[in-house]
Amino acid sequence: MKPTSDVVISGWGSYIPLYRITVEEIARIWGKSSRHFRDDLLIDEKAVAGMDEDVATIAVEASKNALSRAKISPKELGAVFVGSESKPYAVKPTGSIVAEAIGATPRVLSADMEFACKAGTECLQCSIGLVGSGMINYGLAIGADTAQGAPADPLEFSAGCGGTALIVGQKEKVKEPVALLEGSVSYVTDTPDFWRRPKQDYPSHAEAFTGEPAYFAHIISSTKMLLDELSLKPSDFKYAVFHQPNGKFPIRAARSLGFKKEQVEAGLLVPYIGNLYAGSSVTGFSAVLDIASPGDRVLVASFGSGAGSDAFSFLVDDGVMSKRDVAPTVMDYIKRKQNIDYAIYTKFRKKIVF
Amino acid sequence: MSVPRYWREIPGRTRLEAQKCSKCGHVIYPERLRCDKCGGVLLEPYTLPEKGKLLTFSIVRSPPSNFVKMAPFVLGIVELEDGTRITTQITDIPVNDVSIGMSLEAVFRKISEDGDSGIIQYAMKFRPAFR
Ligand SMILES: [Zn+2]
Repeated sequence: MKPTSDVVISGWGSYIPLYRITVEEIARIWGKSSRHFRDDLLIDEKAVAGMDEDVATIAVEASKNALSRAKISPKELGAVFVGSESKPYAVKPTGSIVAEAIGATPRVLSADMEFACKAGTECLQCSIGLVGSGMINYGLAIGADTAQGAPADPLEFSAGCGGTALIVGQKEKVKEPVALLEGSVSYVTDTPDFWRRPKQDYPSHAEAFTGEPAYFAHIISSTKMLLDELSLKPSDFKYAVFHQPNGKFPIRAARSLGFKKEQVEAGLLVPYIGNLYAGSSVTGFSAVLDIASPGDRVLVASFGSGAGSDAFSFLVDDGVMSKRDVAPTVMDYIKRKQNIDYAIYTKFRKKIVF
Repeated sequence: MSVPRYWREIPGRTRLEAQKCSKCGHVIYPERLRCDKCGGVLLEPYTLPEKGKLLTFSIVRSPPSNFVKMAPFVLGIVELEDGTRITTQITDIPVNDVSIGMSLEAVFRKISEDGDSGIIQYAMKFRPAFR
């Protein structure tokens, strides 16, 4: 897919909460070994939202960082989309809370998107469409989650908190473009690998089914389709970011597509913060923009259970340098951390009911 | 807090929107109809700065019922870069590490939840400046 007029990233920003819990600390509670999580899945610890944080607060801080880098007034945003599977309200948009808090209301389109871990890139696709058709000048696409993992479930070791905001604009009107969108594809089938029914606190998953027919089939297909459409090959890219439910999956997907480990490493954040779900691939992309140079080509491929994958190709531009230092980088947030034990974790994640 | 009151106060609570008296220059926060210094009624829109220093604080261990799950938390008076003093919660720091004079920055956070079925209330808090 390609919009009729060129679309660029004009600002990017992320947010990761202060708190971390290690896989050893979670394993200690359930009498399990942490070895599988640390050595096979490459997760050391995960980010945990504090008592006063949720997807709205994460989205607001990420958006403010993106606005600072885009160097635009929030009133110039024509759309605010929030992609998440951990909305603060079951009914009431997160988008309106975020749009109001950053000062983008009232002349703005806003909606919440949901497609498991693909919701963030879905927001990006929609923003690209609106900007590329000339309906709006700027669109704000956010992927953020405070992901839930049931106690003792394998997901409890990886489900992290955080998110990223991307502002897209028309190439003609953006003074310091960060990255040009070269093209994108979306690949969707009905594959029930992971779900959460109404009124359930925690998601369910089809165990091994989440791998081959779900994650790998979709993310590999979308990436192949994109490379085909743009007549590009893996070696044309400096960086590749794949959705990161753990460290093993993106490295394996990259390898089977012909990408090298070095192309994936810069955007691989799951060892430090866990799986950010809807925030995962976009935060990996944000970390790449924090270090990329003009001329670098970046592949971003999300995966959302249910199932689908969006893949994008971006060509980094000069704005990446002038805008980088305006806001905290992903690594700034990763380094700012405070480890907590499982008792405090249960309090923060509302596992204690009273 | 009632839903209408929360809704009315969103600009001040979440975007630090205040007023400046055009007669004496006093900053008014939260919003009023008259300047609380000179009684002037000509008030201009004014946005508070998002950085400041902690003037004094108190650790709240026995909060009102809506805030029990948040305890312990720190209530502080922050002097902003323009000299305005506001009362606000200090977050993202162990309560025993808070110290007078520390540099702070504003963050949009959850203040409280009105039970399991009521609204979620957000406002600016302040955290240690980290960058
Ligand atoms: Zn006055």
